[in-house]
Amino acid sequence: MKKLFSELRSAIMLTLALAVVCCGIYPLAVYGVAQIAFRSQANGSLIVGQDGTIHGSRLLGQSFTAEEYFHSRPSAAGNGYDATSSGGSNLGPTSQKLNDAIKQNIADYRTQNQLATNALVPADAVTASASGLDPHISLRNAELQTPRVAKARSLGEDRVRELIRANIDGADLGFFGEPGVNVLQLNLALDALTSK
Amino acid sequence: MNSSGWIQLALFVGALALITKPMGLYLMQVLDANGKTWLDPVLKPLERLTYKIMGVRAGEEHDWRGYTWAMLLFSLASCVFTYAILRLQNFLPLNPQGFGALSPDLAFNTAVSFTTNTNWQSYAGESTMSYLSQMVALTIHNFASAAIGIAIAAALVRGIARHSTRLLGNFWVDTVRVTYYLLVPICLVFAIVLVSQGMIQNFLPYTKAKLLEPMKISVAKVDDKGQPVLDQAGKPVMEEQTIEDQTIVQGPMASQVAIKMLGTNGGGYTNANAAHPFENPTPLSNFLQMLSIFSIGSGLTWYLGRMTKNQAHGWAIWATMTILFLTGAVVAWHYEAAGNPIHQQLGVSFADGNMEGKEVRFGIFNSAVFATITTDASCGAVNAMHDSFTALGGLVPLFNIQLGEIIFGGVGAGLYGMLVFVVLAVFIAGLMVGRTPEYLGKKIGAFDVKMAMLTLLILAMTILGFSAWAVVSPWGLAGLNNSGPHGLSEILYAFSSATGNNGSAFAGLTANTPWYNTALGIAMLFGRFLMIVPIMALAGSLAQKKLVPASAGTFPVHGGTFVILLIGTILLVGALNFLPVLALGPIVEHFLTAQGKLF
Repeated sequence: MKKLFSELRSAIMLTLALAVVCCGIYPLAVYGVAQIAFRSQANGSLIVGQDGTIHGSRLLGQSFTAEEYFHSRPSAAGNGYDATSSGGSNLGPTSQKLNDAIKQNIADYRTQNQLATNALVPADAVTASASGLDPHISLRNAELQTPRVAKARSLGEDRVRELIRANIDGADLGFFGEPGVNVLQLNLALDALTSK
Repeated sequence: MNSSGWIQLALFVGALALITKPMGLYLMQVLDANGKTWLDPVLKPLERLTYKIMGVRAGEEHDWRGYTWAMLLFSLASCVFTYAILRLQNFLPLNPQGFGALSPDLAFNTAVSFTTNTNWQSYAGESTMSYLSQMVALTIHNFASAAIGIAIAAALVRGIARHSTRLLGNFWVDTVRVTYYLLVPICLVFAIVLVSQGMIQNFLPYTKAKLLEPMKISVAKVDDKGQPVLDQAGKPVMEEQTIEDQTIVQGPMASQVAIKMLGTNGGGYTNANAAHPFENPTPLSNFLQMLSIFSIGSGLTWYLGRMTKNQAHGWAIWATMTILFLTGAVVAWHYEAAGNPIHQQLGVSFADGNMEGKEVRFGIFNSAVFATITTDASCGAVNAMHDSFTALGGLVPLFNIQLGEIIFGGVGAGLYGMLVFVVLAVFIAGLMVGRTPEYLGKKIGAFDVKMAMLTLLILAMTILGFSAWAVVSPWGLAGLNNSGPHGLSEILYAFSSATGNNGSAFAGLTANTPWYNTALGIAMLFGRFLMIVPIMALAGSLAQKKLVPASAGTFPVHGGTFVILLIGTILLVGALNFLPVLALGPIVEHFLTAQGKLF
């Protein structure tokens, strides 16, 4: 019984010790170094305009529907790209609901980009991402949207393609992961170009 | 299945092989109460101070009962600590979003979940947890439960390596040393690297960003009491709203995520977990997170080899794990890359695979491999939504969990789970030649085999029992997001994940109900503690045995024959337990997908 009591004391004191070391000193040390060495990343990689407006984070996608913007992927986060409720659709392979949504997305995508009614559509353009905040679209998806955006902005397609290339987040070190076009940054670049 | 995927896979296995020995060597130093490490000048005083306030004498060792009791008491104390913070969250500091307290059932579920290294989450982190809850109530278990797992594994390895003794080491010393010398230093470096990739680490309130293109949505109109307004036909009246802002999540994320991966905890800071661009910003951060999940489990196989003075045995275990990992990874990758024929009929490009619930920066390969790794280990972090995987792509993570998460596994838990299968394998080998089975110079007796079988039976019975109960109960079916065979898979996955202390989910299931929270909480407790007790009894029994010299008839526990026998034992037990229910879930769903059947 005395042994049990002394072991219980050890258990409680260890809980408190770990709370101080692992939940106090350690996160604050990371905080300190991060704020000095990687301030922008540590605070959300925010894109701040010259007037001080926060346009968003370069890591988080936003919803776009207008003709003159590149469109992000469909999103299941809240009402779409709600960064306080990240998540996917969680619909399975035999889901009627998912089937209907993809069907609708394909039809919309073909109409918006004036594709043939039997044209194959990039998968990322018609499916919801895991986070609902995917900042990227595939290169193929961006290419298919290029004529529409160029026309809506009265720009040459090659000029738009140049901007796309400038906003590709390539595979890390050349082979990790997949390259993607950062939609928010691309659209900001387009706005900057056309407003001049 | 492109060449870049194969290169990444080869790199991953290569990197894992490379870190195994250094990690194992370091574990030798950390898990020796008198071991010297290069961090001693900084950490030794802290270690001594901790023992002093705990009233622990570092030289004393526990027998298996003492070791188990200490582990249970520590788990209990830290679980209560977390429960209290979650229930009092609204009164505590570091809560800039003003989140309220958690309900009793959710707080119970969450406290148990983190205590047991499961990190099942019935809540969405970014809209539920204050910074204090994330950083203290949850993160403490990311460290503690990982340290406990490694301590238990070390005790079992000592039981195998020692002879004619009752003593297995000191639980307090193991836990403190693992936390201070192993987990905290690696996490410090890892967290900073993650921040450099774009992970957040701050205490700012959530940031409001102005959307480039304001969003028009239609929402149901509500009256003053918050009830939806209905028109004459009884349908809700919709009104148009414009959303001008995006609210960006902030907080101390990197410090929590580093240990969440290294300690195979897996509980996400955000709801989308490692799929969230903040929580896994780049493919490089993704690679490092995957490597960190396996790193300690891999090092422990080397530790086993060194401790038992049979390094070939350690590498045989490593090879078994690697073969099983590669098999799962390639199968999942294949089916995700092949995509969903139903959606391809509609006009989705064949070359792109199944992108529903996946992120562009990771693509098919890194999503499939992450899902395999997170369930080989008991991590449970996800970078893609397993619920939206193809039928057989989703079968891989589910079956990995049901095998007992012994493929590198949860830190420590993977090794002690695998050693149960080793005992079973040498027992089967003994039966085949009609000899008393031996393992590393110890005769394996009836008691040892009983303890090994007990852990396997508890795993299967808890998963199947709770799943069966849920599928015939209104509370079980109420939470489903998908119908047809996929609905069964959702429930089965939930109880497999809880019992296996994994924490990933077929996340469509709405599990934040009193019934699910409680049932899953109990499954997690069974899966953790009812497994550890027989394993510690096994360790105690092995430690007391005398050594018998190896003879010509001794079955060697290294080399190809042993690896094949071990893999065979694992797959046989897994298949016998779970094939019937898997046939009704993912397997039948695969055939229905081919026929284009929808639910």
